[in-house]
Amino acid sequence: MNPKDLKYTETHEWVRLAGDTVTLGITEHAAHALSDLVFLGLPKKGDKVSAGKACGEIESVKAVSDINSPVDGEVLEVNSALADSLGDITSDPYGKGWLVKIKLKGKAPASLMDASAYDKLVAETA
Amino acid sequence: MTTTALRKTPLTSLHEATGARLVDFAGFLMPVQYEGILEEAKRVRTKAGTFDLCHMGRCRITGARREEAAQFLVHVNIEKLKFGQIRYSFFCRADGTTMDDVLVYRDTDEMFFCINAGNRARDIAWMKEVSARYGCTFEDLSDQLAMIAIQGPRSVDTMAPLCSGDLKALKYYWFYRGTVCGVPAMISRTGYTGEDGFEIYFAEKEAPAIWKAMLESGKPHGVTPIGLAARDTLRLEAGMALYGHELDDTTNPVEAGLILAALPHDKDFSGRKAIEAMLARGPARKLVGFTTASARVPRQGYALHLPNGGAQVGVVCSGSPSPTLGTNIGTAYVQSAHAGAATLDMDIRGQRHAVKLQPLPFYQRAR
Repeated sequence: MNPKDLKYTETHEWVRLAGDTVTLGITEHAAHALSDLVFLGLPKKGDKVSAGKACGEIESVKAVSDINSPVDGEVLEVNSALADSLGDITSDPYGKGWLVKIKLKGKAPASLMDASAYDKLVAETA
Repeated sequence: MTTTALRKTPLTSLHEATGARLVDFAGFLMPVQYEGILEEAKRVRTKAGTFDLCHMGRCRITGARREEAAQFLVHVNIEKLKFGQIRYSFFCRADGTTMDDVLVYRDTDEMFFCINAGNRARDIAWMKEVSARYGCTFEDLSDQLAMIAIQGPRSVDTMAPLCSGDLKALKYYWFYRGTVCGVPAMISRTGYTGEDGFEIYFAEKEAPAIWKAMLESGKPHGVTPIGLAARDTLRLEAGMALYGHELDDTTNPVEAGLILAALPHDKDFSGRKAIEAMLARGPARKLVGFTTASARVPRQGYALHLPNGGAQVGVVCSGSPSPTLGTNIGTAYVQSAHAGAATLDMDIRGQRHAVKLQPLPFYQRAR
């Protein structure tokens, strides 16, 4: 269901770890639960982010949710293409729907889940 | 998440089978969304849609003095209502604050009320108490009667083949007793979307069959089920209050703009003195509508400020994207001195977004 090569948070973000570069997005489950997206607020390049702390917000017709950084680090790049195509987050959450790339400071937290643990979490909350 | 089991309606399993997203609403497991909020809202404006409203409260007062009891409960003059007529009103406390907003139905042998799901328990306690004072019988029919609505321009076309009587001739805010699919029903030309449509009450066990028959009959007209989220968007476009947002335990119907002028009758009812006092001195705050060009959706609790970094003068009650207007809309309570302002600033997490005040409703159908 969710890609095996990614790690996941309890707050429904996904993380791709490649060396010290971390790509962050929201999971298909989160995107589906939010539905009709209307606004995305992302950090700026160079912003410092902290594990478990909000680094952005995503808004749907019905609710505003924080986007939490899964790691400590500094923002390398934001997906500015999304400003005109929020639908990519829903239709391609693990591809074109990526949100930010972060330069990892220290290590990724051990609390990140693998795909099977996250599948289980989603199944339990469904 | 709550650990208490959510109540189901007779239609819950049908909603589940069609892939609706179900959520806890006032302790009921209710369909919040089927195909998408904005799609569903548009469907009701252009075609029609069905709504499971079994979570709402339905009750009646019978007995010789039923109309006196009803008169003490609501601000409208019951005597002036014809048999078969319906009015929108409120249950107010002695201090004028609203306990709930309700529909009151006058029939030849009973006074019928439709009340909000979230206020059922306390409304029922209040109606029981008042009924007893007048020696009347109060019955909570919520679990015996189902309630389904159909709203939208194709409602008559969808329902006429299923209903007895002259559906087309039924006036807005009137009802009659007849049948739907051969089942005895109370057919009411009311709704909560700003569109033409009906709210239908009948025996609970018939709900799945009638729901299916309505969708079948509506198929050629583009009728589909609509969730509570789209219903909220539709009622907001139509400028209709939602208890817990525009009305609550602290609001008076005068500041909500629901009683604008001196009451046209001398009937005593709970809250009358406080309502008249507020009418005489003018409310300190007023309910206003606003639109915003911002991509951010107004949400309950957001502060409204005077422009250019000014003081807070209001607070948002409701907000939604409006598929009909193509902009974000909201309602807010604003200090009366500023309720006539052209623009205010809405604070969203420290950022100010301009809003333009405009009279309610945002949408009114052509009649």
